[in-house]
Amino acid sequence: MAVGLPENIFITRLDAAANWARSNSLWPMPFATACCGIELMATAASRHDLARFGAEVMRFSPRQCDLLIVAGRVVMKMLPVLQRIWLQMPEPKWCISMGACACSGGVFDTYAVVQGVDRFIPVDMYVPGCPPRPEQLLAAVIDMQEKVRRTGTIMGREFVSRDTSSGPSPFDLQEQHRIEDSRLIQLGGFSAAATSTVEGDA
Amino acid sequence: MVSLQELQDQFGSEIQERVFRDNRFIDVPAEQLLQLLSGLKTQFSFDMLVDITAVDWLDYEGATDRFSVVYLLLNVDSGERLTVRTAVNLPDPALPSVCSLWMGADWMEREVYDMFGISFTEHPDLRRILMPEEFSAFPLRKDYPLKGRGERHNFPVITRSEG
Repeated sequence: MAVGLPENIFITRLDAAANWARSNSLWPMPFATACCGIELMATAASRHDLARFGAEVMRFSPRQCDLLIVAGRVVMKMLPVLQRIWLQMPEPKWCISMGACACSGGVFDTYAVVQGVDRFIPVDMYVPGCPPRPEQLLAAVIDMQEKVRRTGTIMGREFVSRDTSSGPSPFDLQEQHRIEDSRLIQLGGFSAAATSTVEGDA
Repeated sequence: MVSLQELQDQFGSEIQERVFRDNRFIDVPAEQLLQLLSGLKTQFSFDMLVDITAVDWLDYEGATDRFSVVYLLLNVDSGERLTVRTAVNLPDPALPSVCSLWMGADWMEREVYDMFGISFTEHPDLRRILMPEEFSAFPLRKDYPLKGRGERHNFPVITRSEG
């Protein structure tokens, strides 16, 4: 038996209603530390106009935000600040890692630069590029909305299962080898090997 | 222009001069450094200390000392520039602070201390300036690996489920 509905009333799931509201009003926290921050500003400005997707309300207090956009390289002195900002954001919250440096350290493979923020804070969406074009960030925001719509629940149950780091383990063996190998590269061990291979092919 | 003869007469004959592309370099032993810099400021009007930096000569061919500390001086009135270099060595590289002569030396000496581990005696506040306080190495020394010793990844991991 069909339930009679008065006009202007429709029925939906509570999760879907919450996702609809959340995905269309993402409030970004701009954590801009480098040139990606300039592109982030361009994305919010009139030509690319992030407002078309409901995400133009940049708030400079993490308490009012639900989308952390890490734009730029993060050094070891800044990482505790980033973690604190993430913890200060109210639930539900998401994170976009914007640009090569935030995703992997980029060209800055040095003692002071964290090789990807996903090692220490959870990341939902990665934007490649150095820096990414505003279109790429727009695409990431649109994908982020799609992810919220598909996986979101009103109580945030989808977050509970993510109990491991989204990035590589900070102390994995590969990392140690890379540090030790860098000494060999400086001494020319690897370049000599590479040259001999090329000669062998020729 | 300051002549080498004047400097040698006043501050000792160990002082050497070198010219490279119109830049004059004065090499001075660490013992005479403070005396020389003080004289350059008061008598020869080098009233501006442009920068203090250091060089690590580890594995450098022909190098006799481990570190050079370099003082770049400027006489604002005449526009004359002078580079003063002095050598320091392990295990305890230390030099007198020149904060009493130029206040601006404060942060410059802190930077040299932070990056090279060269300490400056009688500096008013010799702390690290760039690296975090708990950092224990001196990253611009040549025997420190470029990628560090894992300090960059010595942080707690925050997973999504816990916050």
